[in-house]
Amino acid sequence: MSRLLLRTPDQSQALIDNLYDNIERRVGATPPGVCPVDMALSFLEMCHAQTCGKCTPCRIGLGQLADLLRQVLDGEAELETLDLIRSTAAAIEESADCAIGTNAARVVLDGLKAFRDDYLSHVKNKACLGSMNEPVPCVSLCPANVDIPGYIGLIAAGRPADAVKLIRKDNPWPIACAYICEHPCEAKCRRSMMDAPMNIRGLKKYAVNNAGEVENPPCAPATGKKVAIVGGGPAGLTAAYYLTLMGHKVTVYERQKQLGGMLRYGIPSYRFPREKIDEEIRNILSVGIEVKTGVNIGKDITLKQLREQNDALYIAIGAQGDKKVGMEGEDCGNVMSAVEMLGRIGDGEMPDFKGKKVVVIGGGNVAMDVTRTSVRLGAEKVTCVYRRRQIDMTALPEEVEGALAEGAEILQLQAPVRIEADENGNAAALWVQPQIIGAVGRDFRPRPSKADLPEMRIEADIIVLAIGQSVENDGFEELNIQTKWDNIIAGEDTALPSQDGIFAGGDCVTGPATAIKAIAAGKAAAANIDSYLGYNHEITVDVDIPSPKLANKPAHGRVNLLEREANERKNDFVCIECEMTDQEARVESSRCLRCDYFGYGCFKGGRNTKW
Amino acid sequence: MVKITIDGMSLEVPADITILEAARTAGINIPTLCYLKDINEIAACRICVVEVEGVDRLVPACNTKVEEGMVVLTNTNRVKENRKINLQLILSQHNSNCPTCVRNGNCTLQRLAAESNLSSDLYSKKISSKPWSKDNHLIRDESKCIKCMRCIQICDKVQKMNVWDVINTGSRTTVGVSGNRKFNETDCTLCGQCITHCPVGALRVNDDTSKVIAALTDPEITTVVQVAPAVRAAWGEHLGLTKEQATTGRMVAALRRLGFDYIFDTNFAADLTVMEEGSEFIERFTHKSEYAWPMLTSCCPGWVRFVKGNFPQYTDNLSTAKSPQQMFGAAAKSYFAEKVGIDPKKIFVVSIMPCVAKKSECKLPAHVNDNGDPDVDVVLTTREFQRMLLADKADLGSLPESEFDSPLGQSSGAGLIFGATGGVMIAALRSAYYLVTGKNPDADAFSSIGGKIGWSEAVFTIPGAGEVKVAVVSGLSNARALMEAIETGKVAYDFVEVMACPGGCAGGGGQPIHDGFEMAAQRGDILWELDKKAANRFSHENPDIQALYRDYFEKPLSEKAHHLLHTDHHTWEMPKKK
Repeated sequence: MSRLLLRTPDQSQALIDNLYDNIERRVGATPPGVCPVDMALSFLEMCHAQTCGKCTPCRIGLGQLADLLRQVLDGEAELETLDLIRSTAAAIEESADCAIGTNAARVVLDGLKAFRDDYLSHVKNKACLGSMNEPVPCVSLCPANVDIPGYIGLIAAGRPADAVKLIRKDNPWPIACAYICEHPCEAKCRRSMMDAPMNIRGLKKYAVNNAGEVENPPCAPATGKKVAIVGGGPAGLTAAYYLTLMGHKVTVYERQKQLGGMLRYGIPSYRFPREKIDEEIRNILSVGIEVKTGVNIGKDITLKQLREQNDALYIAIGAQGDKKVGMEGEDCGNVMSAVEMLGRIGDGEMPDFKGKKVVVIGGGNVAMDVTRTSVRLGAEKVTCVYRRRQIDMTALPEEVEGALAEGAEILQLQAPVRIEADENGNAAALWVQPQIIGAVGRDFRPRPSKADLPEMRIEADIIVLAIGQSVENDGFEELNIQTKWDNIIAGEDTALPSQDGIFAGGDCVTGPATAIKAIAAGKAAAANIDSYLGYNHEITVDVDIPSPKLANKPAHGRVNLLEREANERKNDFVCIECEMTDQEARVESSRCLRCDYFGYGCFKGGRNTKW
Repeated sequence: MVKITIDGMSLEVPADITILEAARTAGINIPTLCYLKDINEIAACRICVVEVEGVDRLVPACNTKVEEGMVVLTNTNRVKENRKINLQLILSQHNSNCPTCVRNGNCTLQRLAAESNLSSDLYSKKISSKPWSKDNHLIRDESKCIKCMRCIQICDKVQKMNVWDVINTGSRTTVGVSGNRKFNETDCTLCGQCITHCPVGALRVNDDTSKVIAALTDPEITTVVQVAPAVRAAWGEHLGLTKEQATTGRMVAALRRLGFDYIFDTNFAADLTVMEEGSEFIERFTHKSEYAWPMLTSCCPGWVRFVKGNFPQYTDNLSTAKSPQQMFGAAAKSYFAEKVGIDPKKIFVVSIMPCVAKKSECKLPAHVNDNGDPDVDVVLTTREFQRMLLADKADLGSLPESEFDSPLGQSSGAGLIFGATGGVMIAALRSAYYLVTGKNPDADAFSSIGGKIGWSEAVFTIPGAGEVKVAVVSGLSNARALMEAIETGKVAYDFVEVMACPGGCAGGGGQPIHDGFEMAAQRGDILWELDKKAANRFSHENPDIQALYRDYFEKPLSEKAHHLLHTDHHTWEMPKKK
């Protein structure tokens, strides 16, 4: 008899691991619209299978809890059932011996609160609030509801120009989104049930770069209505594009020298090349939009005047203001905001960071943009300081990894305390207070708190603050535009609640968000402004979408986009990311499961051909 | 065209058709259950799966397009085994109380099961149920629903009423009333198309045959039955009768055998409707500024419900003339009762209708006589009538023919064609022409607007009255399109006939069910043929109608006629929109 055995996982264990891997991917790919009570029940049943069987609350309680949820779902529950669910779950959480029981019960308790309306609907109306009205996960999760399976089908059929045409029906920025979209569409791609989500953005990039010139649809007959749009970013130009197609006369007022908003003045060209943004804007303007750049609203013309001179006004001014930490020394020389730095670069004014030690404060995508731009500007050393852990950064993981590969440093768990100035009043160092990671907060993120360690000095020639942006509200008062936490208050229909004929959207309503959200806002604004003006123009496209070819769809790796070598790319502002080859596009597009056609899609909601 | 092979047979077929369609052109039978051509091609039941060479999994034939060089196998053991398992799965959730189901013998699931070599259930039964008010004329039985989704699709695509929807998610997904409403809170027109397109017994009409049998059994009661025009074109279906055997005379004989005291014809009432509605049209047409235009027919209760539910601002455009069934009931309990000397309270009027909405029409508060009794006591659908005949066990084929009784039994070809789309308009125009000019037109002068399923329009000239612009539509999606076009001023008509069911009453929701076949055109043709052969093709020449006016109503639109033969569409409301 051996005293100690060294175990190696056998084949059956590998298969079991495969099952767990499948469960994980499958849960991640849960289609939007599924009843959360039903999912809570499934979760509970899985938890019950995990119970070791020793303790009463977990061994019996989780089963009873599952039965109660089943009664709710079967329309057999009363309001008292919900009370019993609550008290049972609370008892399990309080008296179970380990996390198998306590966590399962906690999730049920949280769900009772979080989707109480769903529970109540089952109890009172014997009906579910869930529905499969949007059965195509990628389309449903795209804020602009771009017809993704449609354009992937077109790419598969070798028709990239039609793919671009189809995208423009819902989003006039296919190039921008091909380069910089955060692709929420990929999050619940059904393909991940089998292997990994479709590379949707990669395919879109292939389409835009292989489409050649793609004509816009003709404009509807002129309506004689005039619309003023303040802000030439993604939201403003999207609204301008569709309103012009609808036959309205649109004028865009932009404060900067050039159009593009944060796509130009926020996103570095190594992510979105300048010639690409110029190409995109050229196309958008080609439908016949009048543009006035360098116009300072409030000085050159007021919002009130714009409203009076036009039939409708759309405010899409973005979030161009800086946010400050509020620490000592913030107004030293050589301390700048990310907005300021990237804004100047947008107009081609490259700051001289050669040989400088740059410290960036922040953990979002903008912080990464600033960090990586600083590397490219020749900084000797670039350090990104963040008060939480690297894993808690809101920046996309690939951005963080890219920055690290390019030689930037990330100092985690360091809260900025003050900026030390030199004798000339310029920044000399950033003092930080080391942090320790703590309990998970209400936003499901672990919170940092002061560690029992002394403050630390980080030498710095230049300090860039990338901790957020705010909406600049000059001229709001005159029109009595209401705000909440600086953001403009607008309804779901993008209309301002108390102002007739004034609409708003994009970052100035949501606070700093993604390009695709701003585009979706511009699209919604166009539809609602059109209705406000008394019309019902429909945006359609004359592209027939190929029905899917019969094919086997075995599990298959996802084609990822490659990046240029870090050592080479860190020296220039040329696009980092490579493109799909024809072969890769063919392979990747053939992975699409075409949810527009298979499953619920061929019954209901598979395709919106107009809006 | 593409070249494909199905079960070893080389075929050349159009490139845009499905495997199922290709197989059917070659006489190869692939079983289907949820499939309904052009309406429901969603491959939900997976009964039509086939093997396609080079494709690992089975594919549904109903919505997979053929491709060049495709090799299809439709009846391998693998295919059959798969179908069998899917069928057993469907059966595990289907309340198979076939002997007492109204669809016993006419159920696609039952037939598929019979043809699938099953000897026992493979899975334990899991039957769900949902409460449904017995007050509804239309009944949905959750325990029988196989979630084929046809009812939703018919209601959405053909009728555009969106009464049904998918409810719940996951394993509890089923069909229910859309928008979390109760059925009686909807603007359902009771067209019944969901019932006639249900492959099983999940949707049916509330059965009223027992009320009729009770009346037939009661010696104190005089039973009077009327038969709608379209019923005679369909009553013999599924009863083993040939078209030649299923004559109107044999139908009358069968009714006599059931024990009705008087057997009358709704066609007679249709002639009466023509007199009233035709005269009303001339009155409106010659006093144009006093009325809302166009005038809309009112004989289809589904359509009237549609107008009141969806375009209530057009309620005054509806002819005030009661529908033929209601005119008949009113005449039976007044004129007829007087004539034969029976207390109207002892008269029980039964209608046999191709329609579900008629059941609701006869219950409307305005459709009662001065005694407070309903003009019509019970409406039976054609299918309920057939069930009574089956239970009567007569050798229907050899039953000697019989004639309708007098005085509400004679009719013209004009009354007869009420059962087909365009018929009401044609019949009305024939008599309106006479009423204006004093001369009969050519009976076929208006035929161009008859029998076309969809939306047709024409302009006819009536000397002395001028040009009359008319439109005829059937099917409620067409009706909606027409009303929207009228509302936005895109079209303008003088007189519009609408039937809620595609093809008119011939395709009515109370007619016999033939899964996968639309019978409206075929049945309509029977009516058009009968009209052609009719001795009299003008309502105003019907001698019984002439006698009725001479002896009782005096003239169309007289005070008495208004009292008994017209209705006020404002006396009731459809459920409010939520």
